This record gives sequence, C-alpha cells and structure tokens, in this order.
Amino acid sequence: MIWADQVVQGILLGGYYALIACGLSFMFGVMRIVNLAHGSIAVLAAYLVWELADRLNLSPFLALVAVVPAMAAAGWLLQRTVLDRSLRSGALTPLLSTFGLAVMLDNLLFERFGADTRSLAPNIGDLAFNSWNLGAVTIGQLALLTFGVALALLGGLQLFLNRTPLGRAIRATADDPDTAELVGIDARRAYAAAAAIAIATVTVAGAFLGMRATFDPYTGPAQLIFAFEAIVIGGAGSLWGTLIGGIVLGVAQNLGSQVSPQGFLIAGHAVFFVVLAARFGLAGRDPRSLIRALRKAPA
Amino acid sequence: MSLLAVEQLDARHGLLQAVRDVSFTVSEGEILALVGANGAGKTTLLRSISGAHRTTAGRVLFNGNDISAVPPSGRVRLGIALVPEGRRLFTGMTVEENLLVAGQTRRSGGWNLETVLDAFPMLRPCLKRRSGDLSGGQQQATAIGRALMTNPRVLLLDEVSLGLSPLAVNMVYESLQTVIASGATIVLVEQDLARALRISTRVACMLEGRIVLEGAASEMTRERVTEAYFGLRRPDAGSAAS
Repeated sequence: MIWADQVVQGILLGGYYALIACGLSFMFGVMRIVNLAHGSIAVLAAYLVWELADRLNLSPFLALVAVVPAMAAAGWLLQRTVLDRSLRSGALTPLLSTFGLAVMLDNLLFERFGADTRSLAPNIGDLAFNSWNLGAVTIGQLALLTFGVALALLGGLQLFLNRTPLGRAIRATADDPDTAELVGIDARRAYAAAAAIAIATVTVAGAFLGMRATFDPYTGPAQLIFAFEAIVIGGAGSLWGTLIGGIVLGVAQNLGSQVSPQGFLIAGHAVFFVVLAARFGLAGRDPRSLIRALRKAPA
Repeated sequence: MSLLAVEQLDARHGLLQAVRDVSFTVSEGEILALVGANGAGKTTLLRSISGAHRTTAGRVLFNGNDISAVPPSGRVRLGIALVPEGRRLFTGMTVEENLLVAGQTRRSGGWNLETVLDAFPMLRPCLKRRSGDLSGGQQQATAIGRALMTNPRVLLLDEVSLGLSPLAVNMVYESLQTVIASGATIVLVEQDLARALRISTRVACMLEGRIVLEGAASEMTRERVTEAYFGLRRPDAGSAAS
C-alpha cells in the first residue's frame, strides 16, 4: 500500500511542478524563449514574500497580493528592456541573456540575504504539516492546496487565453507575430503582457516553494531543471501538458525514492531522458521538426 | 487629396531590388488593380504599403500624412489592412477567433462579426472550426473577413485567387462584390487579367519592380496590358506613372 501512497504524493508533487513550470512553458509557447532565469526568479519571489511576511508579520498569502503585481510589472519591464532586444538577435541570445540574469539574481540574493536557508513554513502555521489520514494514503493540506492552486492557475490561464481580447492577441502573436501586426496587434505589447503573466505565475510558485521547503540564493537552478523536465515531458507550450508532465515527473521521483534514496532524482531524470529520446526519435534529424516535437503535447 | 499616395518607393530583398522608384495615388472609393508577372514586385509593394516590408527609399502617405515610420499595427489602426498572399491565418484559432482578434483595433466603421458573415455567408457554418482545417476558399474568405474586421479605409488584397479552385474564386469574388458595393477603397493584386480589368477602376502594370503602364480600366485593352505585362511594350510618357 506504500506504493499507492507514493503515487498520490507524486501526483500532489506534480501540482507544484506544474505551478513552477507553467510560466516557463507559457513564455516558450508565446515567445520561443527558454528563460534560464526562471528558477532564480522563483527564488527571488520567495525572498520577497518572506521579507514582507517576516517584517510586517503578514500571512505569505497576503504578501503575495503585493508581490505578484510588482513581479508582473518587473516581467513587463524585463521583456521590453532585455528580452525584446535579445529576441531580435537570434535564438541563442535570449538563452545567454537569461543565463546572465540568473547568475546576477543568484549573486544579488546571496549578497543581500547570505547563505542561510529560509522557509515560509513558520509563517503559515499548521498548514505546513497538517494532513488528512485516509487509511493507506495521507494527503498533506499544503500539498493539496498547491495542487488546487496549480489547477486554478492553469484553468484561469486557459480561460484568459480563450475568452479575453488580450488572451486572443497573445495567442495570435504566438502563432505568427508578423501577421498579428497586420491585424493591428502590437506584437511587442503582447509579448510584454505574456512575460508579465509568466513572471506573475512563477511568483506564486516561488511562494509555494518557500512554504513547502527551505530555500537559499542558489535554489533556483534546481527548480529550473524540474520545471524544464516537466514541460519537456508534457509538451512545451501546452498548459495542461505541463500538469501531466509535472505529475509524471512527481510520480516517477516518488516511486524512485522507494527503490533507493538517490532514486528520487535518478528516476525523474530517467523519465525525462526517455521522453526526450522518444521525441528526438520521432523528430528525426531536422532541428525544426525537433522543436515542433518538443512543443507538441502528448495525446 | 488622394487617400493613399506612394512616392518614389524603393524596396529590396537582400541584394535584389524588388520595387524601383514606384509612385502612384489612390483616391477614396477607387479600386486599383496591380498586375504583372511573378517577381514583378507587386507583393513587395503591397507589403511595403502595409509596413510589413521595410522600404529603402521613398514615402507612403495616408490621408496626406507620411506614415513611412509607422509600424504595421499602427497602419492598421490608421485604416490600412492587408490580406496577405497565402492567407496567413492563425491556424490554431477558430474562424470566429481569427475574426474577433482583428476586431480589437476598435476602429469605428460598418464592419463587425455580423456584417462580415453577411458578406461571406460561407463562413457561418464553420465559425467554430479551426481555420487550419478549412478549404482554400473558406480560408481566403476568413482572411478577407479578418481584414474587414479592422474597418479599413484602404484594403490591400494580395493574390485573392491564388491556389483556389475556379468555383472557390467565383464564390470569393461574389462576396467581394458586397465589399466593393460598400464603397471600399481597394488595391488589388490579381494574376487573372480579365477579372482584374473587370473589377477595377484603374489598372497599373508592374515589370521588374517598376510601373510600366497605368490608366483607367475602361481605357485598357487586354492586349495593351499583356504587352506591358511581358515587357513587349516600353512605357510611354502618357501612361507610365514613374
């Protein structure tokens, strides 16, 4: 029965992975940018929430209300000042500029907060460890809340993209930015709005990272790897594929941990490489078809 | 004053000069047909007017104002809409979404989802279908409808009949008559000479990036245009615009 429990824990962990991967996937889907600073931005958000919650003795959820708009504005600015220019210089430049941004953020956080680990768990009281015992399966309240927030965020994003004028403009720009301009859409504004949304979602993910675990200035790269694995498994650019990818990754990691303590990471990476190899195999040697295969959500 | 004026426009594709020193004007309600062989520069000229192609010299004036530095989305908001060659629909979106996304420019005018569907009734049954799954004729109708949703003052139509069956071409042109009847100003690129002469009020023939023949459609004979089309006749002072 312990396996059943591990599967359930893996599914719930997948909710967190979907939460953190959602912004990365969204940015890739709209702008074709793999934001290597994604994990570091999540950690920056966790620090901002922690700073507000600690200094003002606020609930992290209340702190998020202030941090999310501020981070969204920073995302808008990041797109207009750095990513827009990088995009015009070819596919490699955004990779380099976001890598540089990640290094800069990690070291600025280290300079400001030092190497001590922090956590938002003390700020959320019993929610950090309370759970429901359902016989063989235990469900943590925070894990379930994280999963619910991931579902709500993905569903909300889907509704936003399908039902609102700005959402349609973002989809049109993602499809063909040149033609979007020809129907009156300012592609640069649509990109900036997409970046703001992506950074807002990773801010929420950063807060949940701080609630469920400890973090330090160099936690970002590991979060980036998990997010990247989730979107490759689920299909980059596909919102619900991200959730599926996160769940597959989470279940693999939890089942792997039952085999050996190192199995947690090894099983996750193994599943990622198997999916990647399958997609390489399907795509053949044409790099354009590989990108298409990476973007395609699983059936 | 003309609604649209192109003055000494040059445009290149790398080393190749696709448009050379082209000048012409279009007045309100006029339908100008641009004809010419493949590679004559018609598409590049339309794309330059819409802002989708960067020009190397010359000016584009709209309503008397120089819009050469205005980006494509800004030109749409001013009232210039291009139906690009190959339709270029947002294939992941439905027909309705393709139309609605263009309607967000909020230019006032008579075109909205209902009037576009009245003009192109073939789109009604496939509103909820992905545009990538439509037939060529339906896709072309969607592309024209999408441009109309921006309520343009000048509609630039590039190769409306390209790749369509004769039946589909007839259907699309039948619907276009509604647009023409509404008093629209149109610059049309069309390979079908007979149709271009029939539908337009003025014709300009391009050869190797230049306008070599221009005049009222009623005064043009098919033979005269064909000669200019193939470069068999040199431009004379009275008929060539540039």
